[in-house]
Amino acid sequence: MRKKRYFSRGVTFLLCLVFAVAFLLPTVLTITNSFMSEAEIKSNYGMIFSTTTGGYVSKTVNLKFIPDKVSFSQYITGLIKSPEYLLKYWNSILLVVPIVIFQVAVASVAAYSFTRWRGKLRSGIFFFYVILMLMPYQVTLVPNYLVSDWLGILNTRWSIILPGIFAPFSVFLLTKFMRRIPYSLIESAKVDGAGEWQIFTKICLPQCRSALYSIAILVFIDYWNMVEQPLILLQDADAQPLSVFLSSINAGEIGLAFAMATVYMIPSLLLFLHGEEYLVEGIANSGSVKG
Amino acid sequence: MVTQMSKRKAKSRDRWNDFLQSLCFLSPSLLGVAVFFIVPFGVVVYYSLIDGVGSRSFVGLDNFTRLFQNSAFLMAGRNTLRFSVLAVPLAVVLAIVLALLLEARIPLKSQFRTFFLSPMMVPVASVVLIWQVLFNFNGTVNEFLRLFGADKIDWFQSEYSLIVVLILFLWKNLGYNMILFMAGLANIPRELLEVADVEGASEWYKFFAIKLRYLSPTVLFVTILSLINSFKVFREVYLLTGDYPYEELYMLQHFMNNTFKSLDYQKLSAAAVVMAVVMVVLIALLFKAEDWFGKDVEG
Repeated sequence: MRKKRYFSRGVTFLLCLVFAVAFLLPTVLTITNSFMSEAEIKSNYGMIFSTTTGGYVSKTVNLKFIPDKVSFSQYITGLIKSPEYLLKYWNSILLVVPIVIFQVAVASVAAYSFTRWRGKLRSGIFFFYVILMLMPYQVTLVPNYLVSDWLGILNTRWSIILPGIFAPFSVFLLTKFMRRIPYSLIESAKVDGAGEWQIFTKICLPQCRSALYSIAILVFIDYWNMVEQPLILLQDADAQPLSVFLSSINAGEIGLAFAMATVYMIPSLLLFLHGEEYLVEGIANSGSVKG
Repeated sequence: MVTQMSKRKAKSRDRWNDFLQSLCFLSPSLLGVAVFFIVPFGVVVYYSLIDGVGSRSFVGLDNFTRLFQNSAFLMAGRNTLRFSVLAVPLAVVLAIVLALLLEARIPLKSQFRTFFLSPMMVPVASVVLIWQVLFNFNGTVNEFLRLFGADKIDWFQSEYSLIVVLILFLWKNLGYNMILFMAGLANIPRELLEVADVEGASEWYKFFAIKLRYLSPTVLFVTILSLINSFKVFREVYLLTGDYPYEELYMLQHFMNNTFKSLDYQKLSAAAVVMAVVMVVLIALLFKAEDWFGKDVEG
């Protein structure tokens, strides 16, 4: 019996290992390939991204994890020689940071309202939020475009930041979480004479710190990698975020793309490593769809 | 008598107070949502019912009947439906499997969890490059298949393209779904499982009779999230294959994107309205389903 258990645990472990390697592969490839020189990249992937200039090209594609010679040339090109990458990086920060901060702020207040007061009207509104949250971007694209045009913010950062702040996704998640807070906590605070704003800031927010953090991570990652919105709402190339620019890198600069992707990954990586526990914990209590 | 009256008055005043306070808290969000989503969506509905932005004459459901005769729209709808029907259940079931695997007492558990989550961080551009290296006609996967004497497959230009996108979708989303299920599993009362152990219940019985019941709210939650994400995979598909991919991959998002570029607002608005209606029906069904399944484990 005991032997059997050890055996099944071994199989489970191996299965997890196989999955984990497969899942991790693109991350590792991105990082290691960023340390290859353009010549090495070309010889490895030349078959696929046919570049016209000369140099050795391997007959078959060569997926390599470890560079022949570690080279920082891609980083030097991207970060020092050409300022446009850093500029786009800064654009990304200017777009995403306000969205994350204000979306979570607006959402936490709204979620408190959905948690504290129930009723037909409010559950109707909540259902509406869920619907909005589920709309594919292509459905909201036209409305978004129209509003930006009316408000005169088309082709400015605000055309992305403002709709981002009011996206209903985090309202939904936070409401799920807040409804798990024991009602007695709120009741007793009320008996003690606390006002709604006090209950919200002193009891509700501290209770869902991990949820706030995990939602901030999710929102950050979502907007950090946006491509469609800036392409349509922000046609001024100088203002576009690095995520768009990276996606348009042409075949001659694969190595550079990997290097810049690695640099671009750093904030997400730090957020993850720092906040993974919150991510797990924050979700653990979010519960059901309807609440 | 008087006290009763004043009590009732106080009660209605309380309710009025509650209403005002709830409105105060909700208003920033509601205002933004109204300006950026609701009002413009109303305009989209209006556009779907008129003749053209220039003439603005009301044409009833003409735009819709034309839309349903449009072969590109029908194909895109079919493809999107097929992809979601395949991708969403797979994302749910495989995530449960992963979560159950990680429930076992194995070493490196938290590292595995991190690894499964890692796809969320990889920038889209990099994902697209790697998928090209892997699935190009001369790519790694075909080279690998050749070792076993198999024929090369043109992954992006054949019915296999759906599989490539499916793999991408699962790779990206399974980790997070798994976390949600792990959380759900952790919320199951331990005593219940212990009793089942004492009674000598099999693992299968424990899973279907206990775990799955308690997971049912999570299943619905993950279903909704996966549905959202199944629409988002368009970003990668678009960057991989452009405006007009292989027929099987031509999704509603391609249709809307291309219609947007050709400035046909009537067609686009009608398509957006149809999509919205389908979503409303779908979500209402999911909510009903949660009511149905979640009844006996609420609390």
